[in-house]
Amino acid sequence: MFEKINIFLSRRRNWTIPYAIFLFIFVVVPLLLIGWYGITDADGKFTMENFSRFMQHTEALNTFIYSVGIAIITTLVCILLGYPAAWILSQKRFNTSRTLVVLFILPMWINILIRTLATVALFDFLHLPLGEGALVFGMIYNFLPFMIYPIYNTLLKMDQNLIEAAQDLGASPFQVFTKTIFPLSMPGVTSGIMMVFMPTISTFAIAELLTMNNIKLFGTTIQENINNGLWNYGAALSLIMLLLIGITGLLGGDGNKTSNDGGLI
Amino acid sequence: MMTRVVGRAYLWFLLLILYAPILIIMIFSFTEAKVLGNWTGFSTKLYTSLFSGGVHRSLISAIWNTLAIAGIAATISTLLGSIAAIGIFNLRNRSRQAIGFVNSIPILNPDIITGVSLFLLFVTFGISQGFTTVVLAHITFCTPYVVLSVLPRLKQMNQNIYEAALDLGATPWQALRKIIVPEIRPGMISGFILAFTLSIDDFAVTIFTIGNEGLETLSTYIYADARKGGLTPELRPLSTIIFVTVLLLLLIINKRASKIQKVTQ
Repeated sequence: MFEKINIFLSRRRNWTIPYAIFLFIFVVVPLLLIGWYGITDADGKFTMENFSRFMQHTEALNTFIYSVGIAIITTLVCILLGYPAAWILSQKRFNTSRTLVVLFILPMWINILIRTLATVALFDFLHLPLGEGALVFGMIYNFLPFMIYPIYNTLLKMDQNLIEAAQDLGASPFQVFTKTIFPLSMPGVTSGIMMVFMPTISTFAIAELLTMNNIKLFGTTIQENINNGLWNYGAALSLIMLLLIGITGLLGGDGNKTSNDGGLI
Repeated sequence: MMTRVVGRAYLWFLLLILYAPILIIMIFSFTEAKVLGNWTGFSTKLYTSLFSGGVHRSLISAIWNTLAIAGIAATISTLLGSIAAIGIFNLRNRSRQAIGFVNSIPILNPDIITGVSLFLLFVTFGISQGFTTVVLAHITFCTPYVVLSVLPRLKQMNQNIYEAALDLGATPWQALRKIIVPEIRPGMISGFILAFTLSIDDFAVTIFTIGNEGLETLSTYIYADARKGGLTPELRPLSTIIFVTVLLLLLIINKRASKIQKVTQ
């Protein structure tokens, strides 16, 4: 018996098994459960009512559309602000140190509630009203590092020879950027979009704090329904969000590569 | 020269915006005023009252819970993830890709989806929610990062050394202890620190899996506090401490990473 265990363990690929079982129980089954709850009613019978309810539920639908709008604005502003920063950070001639890069990604590791409350404090301190403006500012403030970092990573790994080749072949600096640098950095941009767009829609509690409970985003709708015991409806709403992730992911192509490289630090 | 100045100025401007809210919290942690924004003279009273525990017992216990959950979850994640990484490294291509895909799901999923899916798992199988379920949930989203930080170390390793150890009469266990573990230790340590910070930071997954037995972590405490309207003033020194700790941790990881890079170069 002991012998058998030893032989089993000496094949090192068998070492995957505990984690594979763990992943099955805590990742695969829970995701399947979202699907199952989404297409059944409280008695466990198959129904599409959860989805038709969402289509008729004006408040939820409006929250959804509003969240997508806020997320698009946040993502666009994050690209506009973050791309130049990532580019400057990645260029040797600006003499930026690794520490500066760490300073940019550091806010990612601070509790999102603390960051949000700090934003509220800033607005109070400057006597600015809380509301839509604070919401957009807070979201940009929360998620800008998630845009800068993946773009910075792709720019850093970019083959400098290609850029020099473009210059040698007579491209103007503007052309070098639009024809060479930007297309090559697209994986980072799409990865950044994924990391800003989805969290903006799905965070809950953040929007309420920034707008004194006046505005809520889609994540809150999901959380409220789950909290109130409407698991099936909540699961259906989660499915809709998963669908949206799928669409963004497909549009982004293989943009997830950077996050798969695990390079958050 | 000009672009350099403009570039650097832009970076510092962004950093100023990113850090303004945190700076305000830090500054006002050194004054006694209940309302943030009122400066009533320098004082470290908030720090002493945070540690004396007289003011908010529940805050202190929330901090302990957070640290305990993070410690346990990070330890188990590191063990599970390292063992899994050794296994995955020895898998054939097809199954390696499959596991890699499932492994990336918790990283790519928005927190709320992870939270809802685990919530449904626990309620479906009638598991009462509390400390254990939070730890399990945290292991779920921490382990993938450990796997991703250990795998590159295995790839860098010279495979012949392990074989040589076996040829020279080492048992697989000895070879593991004396050859593989020292090689992957840096990845394990980075993975542990990453898991620890992720766990401390988490809000969305925790709130879905914490149940309603009165267990509080720092995040849920802040959430409940913020919803009541007034923020406990002691949260200001606490945020300051967390911020400085995370900053130091990140700088250490960063130093380690660049040292490893130098060695491998």
